[in-house]
Amino acid sequence: MLHPITSAHYLVLSAALLLIGTIGVLTRRNMVVILMSIELILNAVNINLVTFSRHFGDVHGQIFAIFVITVAAAETAVGLGILIALFRNRETVLADEVDLLKW
Amino acid sequence: MVNFLDLIWLIPLFLAAGAVLMLLLGRRLDPQPPSEAALAPGVAAGSGEHPNAGAHGAHPAAPWRFLISLLGPGTVFVSLILSLGAVIQLAGLPERVHEVIKYTWIPAFPFHTADGGAARLAADFGFLLDPLSAVMILVVTLVGFLIHVYSIGYMGHEGGYYRFFGYMNLFVFFMLTLVLANNYLLMFVGWEGVGLCSYLLIGFYFHRKSAGDAGKKAFVVNRIGDAGFIVGILLMLAVFGTVRFLDVNAALADRQVETGFGVLSAMALLLFVGATGKSAQIPLFTWLPDAMEGPTPVSALIHAATMVTAGVYMVARSSALFALTPQTSFLVAAIGAATAILAASIALVQNDIKRVLAYSTVSQLGYMFLAAGVGAYWVAIFHLYTHAFFKALLFLGAGSVIHALGGEQDIRRMGGLKDKIPVTYRTMWIASLAIAGIPPLAGFFSKDEILWQTWSSPLGSKALWAVGVVTAFLTAFYMWRLMFLTFHGRPRLSEETARRLHESPPVMTVPLVALAAGSVAAGWIGVPKIWTWFGEGFRLFEHWLEPVFAAATTRWHAEAGAHHHHHASTEWALMILSVAIAAGGIALARHLYVVRPEAPEAIRQRAAPVYDVLYNKWYVDEIYDFLFVNGLAKGGGSLLSRFDSAVVDGGVNGTGWLTRFTSSISVWWDTWVVDGTVRLLAFTVKMFSYPMRLLQTGYLQSYALVILVGVAVALGYYLVR
Repeated sequence: MLHPITSAHYLVLSAALLLIGTIGVLTRRNMVVILMSIELILNAVNINLVTFSRHFGDVHGQIFAIFVITVAAAETAVGLGILIALFRNRETVLADEVDLLKW
Repeated sequence: MVNFLDLIWLIPLFLAAGAVLMLLLGRRLDPQPPSEAALAPGVAAGSGEHPNAGAHGAHPAAPWRFLISLLGPGTVFVSLILSLGAVIQLAGLPERVHEVIKYTWIPAFPFHTADGGAARLAADFGFLLDPLSAVMILVVTLVGFLIHVYSIGYMGHEGGYYRFFGYMNLFVFFMLTLVLANNYLLMFVGWEGVGLCSYLLIGFYFHRKSAGDAGKKAFVVNRIGDAGFIVGILLMLAVFGTVRFLDVNAALADRQVETGFGVLSAMALLLFVGATGKSAQIPLFTWLPDAMEGPTPVSALIHAATMVTAGVYMVARSSALFALTPQTSFLVAAIGAATAILAASIALVQNDIKRVLAYSTVSQLGYMFLAAGVGAYWVAIFHLYTHAFFKALLFLGAGSVIHALGGEQDIRRMGGLKDKIPVTYRTMWIASLAIAGIPPLAGFFSKDEILWQTWSSPLGSKALWAVGVVTAFLTAFYMWRLMFLTFHGRPRLSEETARRLHESPPVMTVPLVALAAGSVAAGWIGVPKIWTWFGEGFRLFEHWLEPVFAAATTRWHAEAGAHHHHHASTEWALMILSVAIAAGGIALARHLYVVRPEAPEAIRQRAAPVYDVLYNKWYVDEIYDFLFVNGLAKGGGSLLSRFDSAVVDGGVNGTGWLTRFTSSISVWWDTWVVDGTVRLLAFTVKMFSYPMRLLQTGYLQSYALVILVGVAVALGYYLVR
């Protein structure tokens, strides 16, 4: 007997993804992985939006999710561009080796 | 019909245009062949100035050179035509004065004259044609034109051809400005201009040090006179409030003759100081003989047509002023007579053909000032005018001799030339007779008139007359000594020179012939008063100038009173005496240099001291060197250097020390107080900012953590609330 998948399940998944993403951003040194982790956070948000859209039968949430995907794509493109420029200059992609901007 | 009278401003302008054209474009038209440009031509030939005479045709004429030959004399010729037209039309005017004012030069500038009256300093680019300036422009353009033509031949093989004609045109331009100016200030412009051009032309062979030095000497000595002249003009401005000739003369008409030495005497004296510089009178005559360093046509131009006549012209122009100051006038006459006899005595023993002529010029100028000083202004101008012909001829003839001999200038190494260069010989023969004063040549009339006026004028005296007569004797002697040594007797040339001996080309001999005609005939318009059978037409010169000198002449006659009647028989006797004396001078020269050529050497040895004094020009140059160049300049120099090291340097050093002292205080204050405050402030800020700086790690993730914590806190706050 299968239990039906409820909105709560989706929200748990979303919360799990958000947590994994946040931990990834805070702990990983490789900035590629940091970018991927940011993607996880954004996707957690997306799931959250779609869940509530289904739950309330309101299509706005889904539209908003598509906006988020679009912006995420752009943000990743910019982030990877900065990353490549950084690598060309410093030959590293590790976040803790890029610490010039301080006192 | 062209109105030439209103075109008189064009007369100088043409020459300025010619000068500018040649000096700006001449180098393109006449590129210098490298050999001539690089090599110093005068040095190459030794003592002489005319090195390339023997190398005719060696110089491949530049294709455009003929343009310069055309332009140089051409501009003078145009001016001559304009002058002739203007003078002919002037003769038709009843008042015989024509003034053309082109532009305002110095606009009216109000000031107070010495007696407190209001006046305005104003000067125009204005030109005045009256009988006096008419004579001057005709002499300047006519003689100047002939000299320019002659120069085509004489300078034809020299480097700097365009430069020469450019300077010559500029010279004549300034001279015409000088004589055509309608006020003293513009006259002074021309006055300075001829001084400049004399410097440029005397130093034409600038690669030769002596030429450069002579140019500088001419310039400096002239400056001394010019200083007097400009002060005189300023004094005139202060007293009369104007410098325009016509206004000055009008102002002078109200004045009385000065019995003592007053302001008018001072003014006249200062003007005369200017004249002594320009016209080479004692004490400023030393530059003129040195001016022989220039090319010979330049000497002719300076001595005959331009420059040295400026002083005589200026005194004649100021005749109304000199007429009011008998004491200054006497000084003018005395200086003139002294210069005449001093220069003539030096000319007796000089051996350089051009130097003899140079001293002759100084002497003749002395005659002119003698005439002006005794109030016979028209005679001074008359002598200026006849002298222009025969002195130009003598210089150009001397140039022709030098040219023929390939640069030789020492008459001891000449002799026997009369058949080799016949045209030069005959024309110079005429000129020498003219300057000696043999009738009916030009020099006789003017010189005899000077002697007669010196005898008879109320200002003249028998002593001055005696000096004049002795000078006439010396003049005849030294001129014919020159002639006999150069053209007669045994040839004393070197073989090399004799082989290359040749008469000058027609372009040089034709001007000689023209000037010879002038030397013969120029005097016939000023025959003595006692030659009544000629009629008044032959006394044209005096009548022509009468309106200009009327004011001055009237003064003299009023001064002298009616009792100054001279018998015609006296004049006849004096005339015959002066001619006899001139003939005696010639005869003595012939006796000493042709009949008994060994005699001069014997005389020279017996009278060695006298000879040495004369040969060394009375040691005037040495005395000036001692007094002024060494005494004043060097003594003053050492005084100045002591002043410099003690006072000026002391002041500078003291100021330097003071500055360093004050600045050391300033440095201390700056270091400890100003800098200290700034540093303390900065240190305080740094200390307080230290904990804050620790937050700024530069690590990406630490910032992300801060964001997370911040979000958590904010969220927590909202949820818990």
